[in-house]
Amino acid sequence: MEDREYNSEPNALERRDFIKMLGGGIFILFTIDDWPELAAQGRGGPSYPSDFNAYLKIAEDGKVTVYSGKIEMGQGIMTSLAQEAADELGVALESIEMIMGDTDLCPYDAGTYGSMSTRFFGPALRSAAAEAKAVLLDLASEQLKTPKDKLSVQNGAVLVTGDKKARLTFGQLAKGQKITRKLEGKAVTKSVAEFTIMGRSPRRLDAREKVTGKAQYAGDIRIPGMLYARILRPPAHGAKLKTVDTAAAAKMAGVVVVNEGGLVAALHQDPEVAAKALDAVKADWEVPAPAVDDATIYDYILKNFTQARESDKRGDLTQGEKMAASIFEHRYEVPYGAHAPIETHTAIARIENGRATVWIGTQGPFPNKQRIAEAIGFEPPNVHVLTPYVGGGFGGKNPAPQAVEAARLAKITGKPVQVTFTRAEEFFYDTFRPAGVVRIKSGIDSAGKICLWDYNVYSSGSRSSEQFYDVPHNILRTYGQGMGGDSRVHPFATGAWRAPGAPVNVFARESQIDIMAAKAKVDPLEFRLNNTSDSRMRSVLEAAAKKFGWKKAASPSSRGYGIACGIDSETYVAEIVEISLDKASGRVRVKRVVAAQEMGVVINPEGATMQMEGCITMGLGYTLSEDVNFKGGDILTRSLSSYELPRFSWLPEIETILVKNDEIGPKGGGEPAIVPLGAAVANAIFDATGARIFRLPLTPDRVKQALKG
Amino acid sequence: MKEAINFRLNGKPTSLEVEGDRMLLWVLRTDLGLTGTKYGCGESMCGACTVVVGKEAVRSCQFPVRDVRGKDVTTIEGLSKDGKLHPLQEKFMELGAFQCGFCTSGMLMNAYALLLKNPKPSRSEIIEAMDDNLCRCGAHKRIVQAIEGVSRN
Repeated sequence: MEDREYNSEPNALERRDFIKMLGGGIFILFTIDDWPELAAQGRGGPSYPSDFNAYLKIAEDGKVTVYSGKIEMGQGIMTSLAQEAADELGVALESIEMIMGDTDLCPYDAGTYGSMSTRFFGPALRSAAAEAKAVLLDLASEQLKTPKDKLSVQNGAVLVTGDKKARLTFGQLAKGQKITRKLEGKAVTKSVAEFTIMGRSPRRLDAREKVTGKAQYAGDIRIPGMLYARILRPPAHGAKLKTVDTAAAAKMAGVVVVNEGGLVAALHQDPEVAAKALDAVKADWEVPAPAVDDATIYDYILKNFTQARESDKRGDLTQGEKMAASIFEHRYEVPYGAHAPIETHTAIARIENGRATVWIGTQGPFPNKQRIAEAIGFEPPNVHVLTPYVGGGFGGKNPAPQAVEAARLAKITGKPVQVTFTRAEEFFYDTFRPAGVVRIKSGIDSAGKICLWDYNVYSSGSRSSEQFYDVPHNILRTYGQGMGGDSRVHPFATGAWRAPGAPVNVFARESQIDIMAAKAKVDPLEFRLNNTSDSRMRSVLEAAAKKFGWKKAASPSSRGYGIACGIDSETYVAEIVEISLDKASGRVRVKRVVAAQEMGVVINPEGATMQMEGCITMGLGYTLSEDVNFKGGDILTRSLSSYELPRFSWLPEIETILVKNDEIGPKGGGEPAIVPLGAAVANAIFDATGARIFRLPLTPDRVKQALKG
Repeated sequence: MKEAINFRLNGKPTSLEVEGDRMLLWVLRTDLGLTGTKYGCGESMCGACTVVVGKEAVRSCQFPVRDVRGKDVTTIEGLSKDGKLHPLQEKFMELGAFQCGFCTSGMLMNAYALLLKNPKPSRSEIIEAMDDNLCRCGAHKRIVQAIEGVSRN
């Protein structure tokens, strides 16, 4: 990702200096070594020692604190990570405190994205907690003069077998200690059978704060003297400011006007006055002629992304073509997509005594700390980023340009400054999911087996396009980097959007699979099962079909059933939907979604289920309505009235199944279930009507057009 | 022009000396420090700023503060009484009817207003009443269940 360039930090503390800062108690420092790329990103964290990127502390009062650079944006890791630490350590869940996303207190972390917290951070945290328990048992063994095999841990204390009086709490054991362990290798962690806190669904630790309005988000921080800033924005990306006149705004009582280094802003202690003052700023812009718009973008993409990276090569495509009884060639298109979190990008910056403190609603406190430091010319250790609760991220809050603006304005004005994007700014500066095109040429032999798969994805990236069908002659070509990697081509910024690229690839692949099944006159579930021997995929397909009550029929069956499946973040998921379709209006209603997901060991089943439900509900948007309209760098979609998010009245019956597989560790949960929904609904439209739609979203107009043939 | 505005806020008599055309949302958040009510769009499209005036759920981002004169205003901070949570809050916690939590205050206040007027709404009445409150995380299913759970008791 683009964040990489910020990861090197020359003046990291030595470990011994860092340890000095920590005070007394027991510390387990650990690094995430299971995933080389993440470990590489974690190294060299700003102002922290280079050999660990999280730690767990048992203080002299027995308090257990987990320090992690990860952040809580609704996905529930504040709770599930605490469960992991508590269970391995042998303390009650309530006695764990999670400190997250604080760059002064938490070691470096590249960011919270990619469904990686439970997958990669969790195992390291569990090892650290198990190591801490081992240290405590060593200490207890010494103090009680009892061999370790006679000791056990329960609820934050070490007990002696057969001696009810002998008992040392973790606080008693940690008192007067200064023990630091760097976790080397992996401590022995619990098996699933030994779980007492993991594998269950305790009430979320953020629940009470969130239902009482006490949960603080970046914009809720109150600092005396704080000014709200409204910033002059161009009418289109790429526009250049010709002239600006701030005189009228500057005359307004209490308004501070800034015009420095391309940053023009009006600030006031009342955000509404700041907005009125900005309205009084007159500006002339030179807007470049648009090179592309939302209608021409797909041809533009094909023209601009011409270099392919090849992977997944198997067999010989010519041979595959010869084997084929039928060949299918189709092109699929998906537009730019907005993240549209309900909390817009928000930050508050305060500069005091040469040190900047910045509260940001962000998925990447550390990369943004670095950007702020560069923007205001501070040494990185003099920038402190805190991450309160984040009001939805979905990949859109990795970048935090508003925090750089807040810090610059705080430096210029000498006052604490809040920058909260308006909803229009949130759309305008969103790092959209890149539009994408997929071209597939595929073939089936006379027995209905897929013999050829020639897959080409342009612009949106290859995630979840790896082949899991048993295809002898196969290739995957990826044109362009996906996410934010091709900024010269896109007319505005693009970035990661929940499972970046995967909904595009799965929409294309699973539509193509259905087209082939229909041609072969084979039931679409059966066609998939006939063509994959991947046992994890078969398990989710079968589980979903059973729950749904799937009855065999070739499509179109007029029932309005659609099926699709995919792999994301190493998790397998299959979805079956039932729709109704009004032919006159073209309106599609998703009535029922059955989703089966296999994600290895499940740390918090309700939490995982909430993520599945969230993925499915959010997924209705990219499937049915969400589309960014634009003309060159001018974003036309700047309001929730024109970018239609899923609402209560769209809500289908959602039934979820977690397919058990305790043989493998936890896999990703935040993104997989959003991946198959578009294809499942497109396939259901075909099943209902015999009409196939090749471009998302599946709007009433497109449905009507497809019905006309 | 500043004007005197007297009203009851979360049960307490409150006096303000403010420009009457300011929006209630910003008066709550800036002047009164009640940050549980959220800004999401400023154009009544998302419902994150929902508070209850009298018995009506209103969008405080487009509700001039002078219109609360003489009325009872309830915000998320006033939904619990004497440290005791409202049954809706309990049910939201129990069922996990939130994720990021940013829309939650608005959801709760909108549901609270619904139950004030219609203590036993049907599922379709709940959906109709909640339809203009947006949640991006997709907690809708559990929010409906939570409201149903309260209205059944």
